[in-house]
Amino acid sequence: MAVTAGLSVDIRRKRFEGDGRTPPHTAIENLRFDVPVGQFCCLLGPSGCGKTTLLNIAAGLDHDVDGSVGIPADDAGPRPAVSYMFQTPRLLPWMSVRDNVDIVLDPDARAEGRGVRLLERMELGSYLEAYPTRLSGGQRRRVALARAFAIRPALLLLDEPFVSLDQPVGNRLREILLDLWQAQPTTVLFVTHDLNEAIFLGDRILFLSQPPSCVVQDVAVDLARPRTPDSPAIHAFRTGLLDRHGGLLAGLAGATTDPGHSTP
Amino acid sequence: MAVGTVDVAATAWGRLRRTFGGPAWLRVFSFVLLLAVWSLATTADPSGQVLPAPWVVLDTMWYHLNEEGLLFHLGVTLWRVAAAFFGAMVIGVALGILMGARRRADIILDGWHILFLNMPALVLIILCYVWFGLTEVAAIVAVALNKIPNVVVTVREGTRAVDRELLDVARVFRVDRRTTFLRFFLPQLYPYVMAAARGGIALIWKIVLVVELLGRSNGVGFKLHEFFQLFDIAAVLAYTLAFVVVMMVIEYGVMAPLERRCTRWR
Ligand SMILES: Nc1ncnc2c1ncn2[C@@H]1O[C@H](COP(=O)(O)OP(=O)(O)OP(=O)(O)O)[C@@H](O)[C@H]1O
Ligand SMILES: [Mg+2]
Repeated sequence: MAVTAGLSVDIRRKRFEGDGRTPPHTAIENLRFDVPVGQFCCLLGPSGCGKTTLLNIAAGLDHDVDGSVGIPADDAGPRPAVSYMFQTPRLLPWMSVRDNVDIVLDPDARAEGRGVRLLERMELGSYLEAYPTRLSGGQRRRVALARAFAIRPALLLLDEPFVSLDQPVGNRLREILLDLWQAQPTTVLFVTHDLNEAIFLGDRILFLSQPPSCVVQDVAVDLARPRTPDSPAIHAFRTGLLDRHGGLLAGLAGATTDPGHSTP
Repeated sequence: MAVGTVDVAATAWGRLRRTFGGPAWLRVFSFVLLLAVWSLATTADPSGQVLPAPWVVLDTMWYHLNEEGLLFHLGVTLWRVAAAFFGAMVIGVALGILMGARRRADIILDGWHILFLNMPALVLIILCYVWFGLTEVAAIVAVALNKIPNVVVTVREGTRAVDRELLDVARVFRVDRRTTFLRFFLPQLYPYVMAAARGGIALIWKIVLVVELLGRSNGVGFKLHEFFQLFDIAAVLAYTLAFVVVMMVIEYGVMAPLERRCTRWR
């Protein structure tokens, strides 16, 4: 495998053996793609198609899979650092904002004040000692984002991190994300079901099918940065994309999927 | 006119409630009520033998404090309580976590657990004294054995309720095992450990007295037994009072602040 791949996914099959209550379900089948180092790759797919499942495998939380996800080592250490920003912020409620970031750092990085600097950069400087329960939804996600960047990951996984935020807050967070990514380049896999968000953020968009999911379309987003959310350029790109590949968003339009769908 | 009177009464009552309705005053009121009921009840017993008046008890307590080594016996009992408490908490929490987190351990230990949970305190005490002799260690082990199963129940439940999603955060960010345990896992158990500790002290106090009564030659339980044989009810109540005071100091001086610290973030 070329060293240039920041991430190489080769999953022949990911199957959940059902228990009494859930039927067996093949979530992923023949899903293969590579993401070059430093690329911002967006992953778009209908609800229930296995996006979170894929990120869990890439993060090393789920080893029960037929296939492999390769994350080449960087120069930082023997095992590359992987960060994961979950769909919910998953902060520790009994720790201050500062400690929530510091806890994932090694002692050197902590002493150097890396966590605090990131938090200050995200305009959370006056909330360092606050507990997460006192923060707004947008602020919590900023803490989670700071935590994700603080370990200087070689690969950053994000699972619909900005859903259920109102438009301005979401846009601000997307800007912060791009800002950090440009200051600290890393390979990114960003899961979303919002095409506009994917076009605004990504270098590339992978469209996944209904389960068992595989890549149905691989689109390069060749718009110049910096981009503006909801700008004519983004809308034009979107229209062009949908003209070329009509059925692409069929499963994305709404909750038209059947999560219980299983293969024989 | 009548309406006006009712209004005045209502506001007067309202003012009274505002002034004396606070929690501190309610506590004082409840305490005074207890003393009043007690004093009233003593009139039914002119001899003062069966139910001595509050001031007699206070007087007796003062006498035992100065002349009869009340503090010594209280201290001995307190030491036993502390030893049994910490022993039971450490072992109970460890077993509870093990049984909550590991299914196999749960299956293997569950039978034992139910056995000890349902064993009468008295049986455990007798067996400990018979097998280990009438020693200090036997006394403390007997008390701890009575408490451990209860701690296990609570902590096991807490362990099962632990949020796996937060533990996954630790895994993804490669937090070392020690930090994961101490900063990601254990804080989720604090409410359960606190509940076990609270109930623990209350139960252990009571059992320690029985253990002392049956097989020790000092401590509050031993003294109560002595007073019982002398039919010295004033002394029994004096010791009880001293006891309750110590309990309250522990509750308000140690447990409550500790709990506040643990739940600060809520
Ligand atoms: N632990 C599990 N056991 C059984 N089935 C599971 C399990 N986890 C997920 N699934 C199934 O796998 C499928 C994919 O789930 P996943 O969470 O990856 O979807 P998703 O693409 O992230 O959806 P969404 O966009 O709604 O978050 C779903 O149909 C789900 O029912
Ligand atoms: Mg998901």
